[in-house]
Amino acid sequence: MISANVPDPRTHSQYFVELEEVTLSYGRGDKKIHALGLTNLRLKQGDFVALVGPSGCGKSTILKLVSGLITASTGYVYVAGRQVGAEPIRVGMAFQNPTMLPWLTVRENVMLPLKIVPPFREQYRAKRNGEFRDRADALLKEVGLANFGDKRPWQLSGGMLQRASLCRALVHEPQLLMLDEPFGALDQFTREELWAIMQDLWTKMRPTVLLVTHDLKEAGYLANRICVMRARPGVIVDDAEVPFARPRTIEMSYTPPFVALTQRLRELIVAARPAKEAA
Amino acid sequence: MNPQLRRHLASAVFILGFFLLWEALCWLFGVSDIVLPKPSEIIITLIARMPALWPHILQTLYTTLIGFGLGIAIGIALGVLVGSSRLAYDVAYPLLIGFATIPKVAVVPIFVLWFGAGGVPAVLTAMIMCIFPIVVNVATGLATTEPELEDVMRALHASKLEILWNVGLPRTMPYFFASLKVSVTLAFVGTVISETVASNRGIGNVMMIASSNFDVPLVFAGLLILAVLGVALYAIFSVIETNITGWAHRKDEMAMG
Repeated sequence: MISANVPDPRTHSQYFVELEEVTLSYGRGDKKIHALGLTNLRLKQGDFVALVGPSGCGKSTILKLVSGLITASTGYVYVAGRQVGAEPIRVGMAFQNPTMLPWLTVRENVMLPLKIVPPFREQYRAKRNGEFRDRADALLKEVGLANFGDKRPWQLSGGMLQRASLCRALVHEPQLLMLDEPFGALDQFTREELWAIMQDLWTKMRPTVLLVTHDLKEAGYLANRICVMRARPGVIVDDAEVPFARPRTIEMSYTPPFVALTQRLRELIVAARPAKEAA
Repeated sequence: MNPQLRRHLASAVFILGFFLLWEALCWLFGVSDIVLPKPSEIIITLIARMPALWPHILQTLYTTLIGFGLGIAIGIALGVLVGSSRLAYDVAYPLLIGFATIPKVAVVPIFVLWFGAGGVPAVLTAMIMCIFPIVVNVATGLATTEPELEDVMRALHASKLEILWNVGLPRTMPYFFASLKVSVTLAFVGTVISETVASNRGIGNVMMIASSNFDVPLVFAGLLILAVLGVALYAIFSVIETNITGWAHRKDEMAMG
């Protein structure tokens, strides 16, 4: 266990996100649950890393640690060279549910981060009908929702809401984008369409992305690197580069090297699954 | 004829029918005015006494609205407290329920003792009548806010106050307005109780005096005035409600593919 509060400046200089000897456990005594075993993970600025693994392996826990929603039991989480929480960095998040606020229009939902996150919040009143509005509309257009800004969330389909949710995650130009199975609840065709949109947006804006997913094809399509996790306690058991050139296409996912990659990941996850407990 | 107009017409016919039936039964059985006045009699009394009644109507309306306003302010404050803190929920709820169970007519003499007879006890009685439904509904709305909606804000490092303002309170609005419609009618009850017991103004007082003079048509005229005021305020809040919380009432709309 590391108890010193002074971080070593050597270890976290070249990476944008760094988890160093991090563990996380809930509860006390006999009921103590080790959600995350000793974990090390490093992300370069502008990288796109996917976390895959069986359910309950702590993938989402890593997202929450990096975005500062929860604090590590031991170890350090650094973002942009600082301990997480020390200095607010702009984080965008998209969840499996689009979680649009139903009393706002789609555009207002997309603009929500601008209302909350500095430095935009100070200018929100002055710019909400001008620059910020245009920025939200531009993003909505990019994901194919050009004329839906004035609609209410319940007037949109699940796929459309998830697009809007991506816009909301990106509108404040986050340095860090956390995607927690954002395409998990969608049908295959919508999902593939959104992969392409996500790839475009990432290429243009280049945030550092951490994607949690169950879909190995999705991980192979989108990520630069794929980390495979094991459950109870969650640890990263494999960390591999994805060598395919960008922009990637759906056709690519049927080529032998891609299939070989997803097969290998699948075997790793099956092997990592806890033997007795079925998911 | 469109369905909405038909609905309004049906309800108007029904209300009119109710009064016509009342009138007819009074004629049929020769019911005395002292027992149950005919609606026509009540209307005539109302029109004839209007100049004298008018200041009392204003007094009652004014008292009710002040009490209602205070009730809303305190109700929201307590509701936010109870709805957002587990401790406050555990501590305050038993107290609130106990307080809500007390018959308000028993509280009026205490208010009179403290503040003297007149307007203040009436305002306070109206206020305590409205608080409970508002607190319960605001607290329920806040406590049942989907954690996912709050996660959106927490991921942006929003403060608790920002989460309350941007997610908690808007989410609670449909509950809040539902409670307002109940509360506004209760506020009238509170005002009239207090005016009946200890005041020399207001519709409650008028009815009190009229009944001791066996002026039953005037008592019923007072009841009619109260009913009309209650319905009017209820209607006003319904209109505000549909404008503000339209997002929560969307049965007619269809989702797009």
